Amino acid sequence: MKKRNTLALAALCLLVVCIHLVTIMTGSQFYLTQLTMAAYYGLVIIGLGTLMGYAGQISLGHAGFFAIGGYLSASLTTRNLASLQGTWPVRGLESLHMLKIAQDLSGEQLITVAPWAACCCAVAAAALIALVIGIPVLKLKGHYLAMATLGFGTIIYRILLASPYFGEADGISEVPGFTLLPAMGTFNPIMVSGAANLRVANYYLAWGVLILGMGLLLNLIGSRVGRALRSLHSSEEAAEAAGIDTSRFKLHVFVLSAVYAAIAGVLLTHFNGGIGPSEASVMKSVRYVALVAVGGMTNLWGTLIMGVGLTFLSLRGVFGTFDDAVFGMILIFVMLFAPDGILSLRLQQLRKAIFSGGRP
Amino acid sequence: MSLDLFFQYLFAGITYGAIYAVVAIGFNIIYNATGIINFAQGEFVMLGGMISISLLPFMPMPLAIAAAVAITMAIGALIEILFIRWLESPSVLRMVIITIGISILLRESALHVWGESIRSLPYFYGNEITTFSLGSVHLSPQVLWVIAACSVMVGGLNLFFKSTPIGREMRACAANRTAAILCGINTRNMVTLSFMLSAGIGALAGCVMSPITYTQYDSGTSLAIKGFTVAILGGLGNSMAAVAAGILLGILEAFSVSVVPLAFQDAISITILLIILFVRPHGLFGSSEAARLKDF
Amino acid sequence: MKRGVKQILLGGAASCLLLASSLHSVQAGTIKVGAIFAVTGPASFLGGPEARSAEMVVEKINKAGGINGNTLELIIKDSAGSSEKAVSFAKQLIEEDKVVAIIGPSTSGESMAVKKIAEEGKTLLISCAAAEVIVDPVASYVFKTPQKDSFAAQKIFEAMQRLKINTIAIAAGNDGFGKAGKDQLEKMAPSFGIKVVAAETYDSKATDLSALVAKLKADAAIQAVINWSVVPAQAIIAKNMRQAGWQVPLFQSHGFGNIKYAEAAGAAAEGIIFPCGRLLVVDSLAAANPQKALLIQYKTEYEAKYHEDASAFGGYGYDAINIVAAAIKLAGNDRGKVRDAVEGLTKFPGVGGIFSFTPQDHNGLDIDSFAMLTVKDGKFIPYQGQ
Repeated sequence: MKKRNTLALAALCLLVVCIHLVTIMTGSQFYLTQLTMAAYYGLVIIGLGTLMGYAGQISLGHAGFFAIGGYLSASLTTRNLASLQGTWPVRGLESLHMLKIAQDLSGEQLITVAPWAACCCAVAAAALIALVIGIPVLKLKGHYLAMATLGFGTIIYRILLASPYFGEADGISEVPGFTLLPAMGTFNPIMVSGAANLRVANYYLAWGVLILGMGLLLNLIGSRVGRALRSLHSSEEAAEAAGIDTSRFKLHVFVLSAVYAAIAGVLLTHFNGGIGPSEASVMKSVRYVALVAVGGMTNLWGTLIMGVGLTFLSLRGVFGTFDDAVFGMILIFVMLFAPDGILSLRLQQLRKAIFSGGRP
Repeated sequence: MSLDLFFQYLFAGITYGAIYAVVAIGFNIIYNATGIINFAQGEFVMLGGMISISLLPFMPMPLAIAAAVAITMAIGALIEILFIRWLESPSVLRMVIITIGISILLRESALHVWGESIRSLPYFYGNEITTFSLGSVHLSPQVLWVIAACSVMVGGLNLFFKSTPIGREMRACAANRTAAILCGINTRNMVTLSFMLSAGIGALAGCVMSPITYTQYDSGTSLAIKGFTVAILGGLGNSMAAVAAGILLGILEAFSVSVVPLAFQDAISITILLIILFVRPHGLFGSSEAARLKDF
Repeated sequence: MKRGVKQILLGGAASCLLLASSLHSVQAGTIKVGAIFAVTGPASFLGGPEARSAEMVVEKINKAGGINGNTLELIIKDSAGSSEKAVSFAKQLIEEDKVVAIIGPSTSGESMAVKKIAEEGKTLLISCAAAEVIVDPVASYVFKTPQKDSFAAQKIFEAMQRLKINTIAIAAGNDGFGKAGKDQLEKMAPSFGIKVVAAETYDSKATDLSALVAKLKADAAIQAVINWSVVPAQAIIAKNMRQAGWQVPLFQSHGFGNIKYAEAAGAAAEGIIFPCGRLLVVDSLAAANPQKALLIQYKTEYEAKYHEDASAFGGYGYDAINIVAAAIKLAGNDRGKVRDAVEGLTKFPGVGGIFSFTPQDHNGLDIDSFAMLTVKDGKFIPYQGQ
């Protein structure tokens, strides 16, 4: 990986620790919760940013992958499999030690899938769906691609809203914590959960996952694959002419971004202890696209900062009842004046754009 | 299924279909002139309904509707001038994102202006329970108004594009922009005009369907999705095909109630959209060569 | 400097500034109450009136000098109906704003998402959502103001028994409101000897329901239809039914309880029967009725301030903030004591009914909180059960 990127990642790690220290000093550790949530959304956004910026494929349905990850993990870890006890899938899971057996409130036996297994299932399902959907969808171009991804996101939303298994309009709640490291000696278990005493651990976990994800993507972009992707973005015909198998690359990036979104979905669901159908809505997908656009589609760092920053503000309710309107304004403003992202904006360009009326 | 039930489903389907078709026609106009798919089309429909309802206490209904159409056309022109004119050969991605942003803006403004309550225009003829009966099948007269409005729009547009000078200029712009400029056609104004026309049609549609469907600040969103499903189903740019596709989709949705749980009804139209996009993106009645030629 | 590093440092400086600027000092003599409402988004028919009602109450309290001399500060957060935002705001209100109590959220999904957070944060939560699971199993810090859907169902079924109806169809919207109602209706029907032969869920934003009506009408055994949704669907289904010439009795949910909705359905609204709080027929209440004065006050104040009709939904928020205010008056600015005060409230008149909380009953309303109403000549009148 390029030295510049390693330095930047190290700076980010440092910043994360610094922010933690600042919150300790000012006694405002409650900020860490929303920073943790923002970090998980950031994971979705940088995945989408790679797809839109480097593979040049718009996706108006990415919230669907987030929801697939989150909902599958939530439903597998909360729905009781006791009624299916004798069947072969349940026995198979049991032999693989993937089940968790407990007692629910009324003393009945509660059999759910262990969080680790549920997570793997959910992410694998998202990857599989992305693969299956990706092959026909990525053949489309322009408006048709936008419409197809929008359609995909909407179908996922409709299915979640209509299925009692997924909680219909209420979503799924009471999702247990996700134990990553069991209790060892005097150390508490490291769990992805919203419990107050695990707040700091979860903060570092979320940002750790995000930084790791970022590192992987930066590595990808800097490699031969990344160069192929960038050539794809500027001109697909030229890339094909140069011998690059564009459809394979596009598919791989699509699946990768779906996996990122699904992982974020799983972890955030366990952190929040639940998920609702709003996570799969079209507005959420549009929001992700807006954040990628603001950050700059070929600027992964910009996408990360803007994505996490604006999500953090939105989660704090800074925009009040104008939350959706703000993202709408961002979309318009950025596309008009700064199609390469806010951070690429130079003041002269802005002045030129406004006063020349858009004419060259 | 008895014959009675069959006809009830059929007419229910025609009701849905007419509503989707009028929205789709608006998409096609802008697409034809500019190659842009205007995601804010649903909001024009919503605005037409909302504005006419707000004007109703002050003037008789036909005047309120005409005023609402005019105001929405002005809004359409304003949007084009403020947001679209700036762009020099924008990518499709940029256009999609901008129109989505405009749609969100219009919707949220409507929320803050009119609140979240539902409203409607009164029925043009009769009231909420008057119906025409054909045998044991009942149809509300308002549905006939929607179908009539649809036919007038399609007929009027055909006439406009074929016979009037401005219409022919717009078609020239759509066919080949550079050639149109060389012929002395002011393409920038054509784009503005197409937005105005599309907004006006959307507003009229919104007024006519308001008694049936009610109008709310967010009624534009779901209509837009159905509208462009139908537009794509028929073949982007072809208004007559949009009407046929709309009726087809409406009938499919209506009959689906008898086999599939109603909760999945919306998933059906999306599935059809996806299938069409994968298998035949230029639509049922479109041609693939014509589809490839479109650009902004 | 390298581009990435520069951006990181910029971001870092910005975040530090943000953190520093958000720390504001608390005014002396202010009691903070948090509110999470879905003011925008798909549940705005609930959150909008609830937020407005709550603001109205707080303004009135502060004008009259506050609670025991302290100003009441209401911090309203718009969750737009999404549960992840509700979770984020709940944590923020509890830990950062250190509110003494939270009212809302507006929807059941959000309420279930924050139930645990309120319980662990030992902060009073008075939800304005209907689902029974919010207070069953009882969590010591979680209460709710809407009447139980099961009571509404019970009242409807009792009316049906009087009309000798025993085969019905249920139609419900696909939002949280519709789902909660449908669940209760299906659960309770057998114990009243009523058979549900069709139970369909439709998109709450549907523009026309003629196909569903055609399907149900084709089944001649159906003697009545219960519809559980809000506008516009509840008006649309009424119209579609009457347009199809289907005159069977139509029962609606308490979501129908706003004269504007009866107007929206126009002539098709005639004869619709539904359970509702007494807000809509306040004029027919006896003068001695403990709710009457409060209902008249709520109605006149809300309509004067916001120029729109008062509804039962806004009443949920009104009741929640009034309960909190009463508890604060008794117990001061202490979370645990305020909770105890709420649990001890009995015979507390509200818009939804008369609240009497106990450690086992965190809803506090009984079946009498509902009255059966019907529409005649475009107006709401008490239903006499003929």
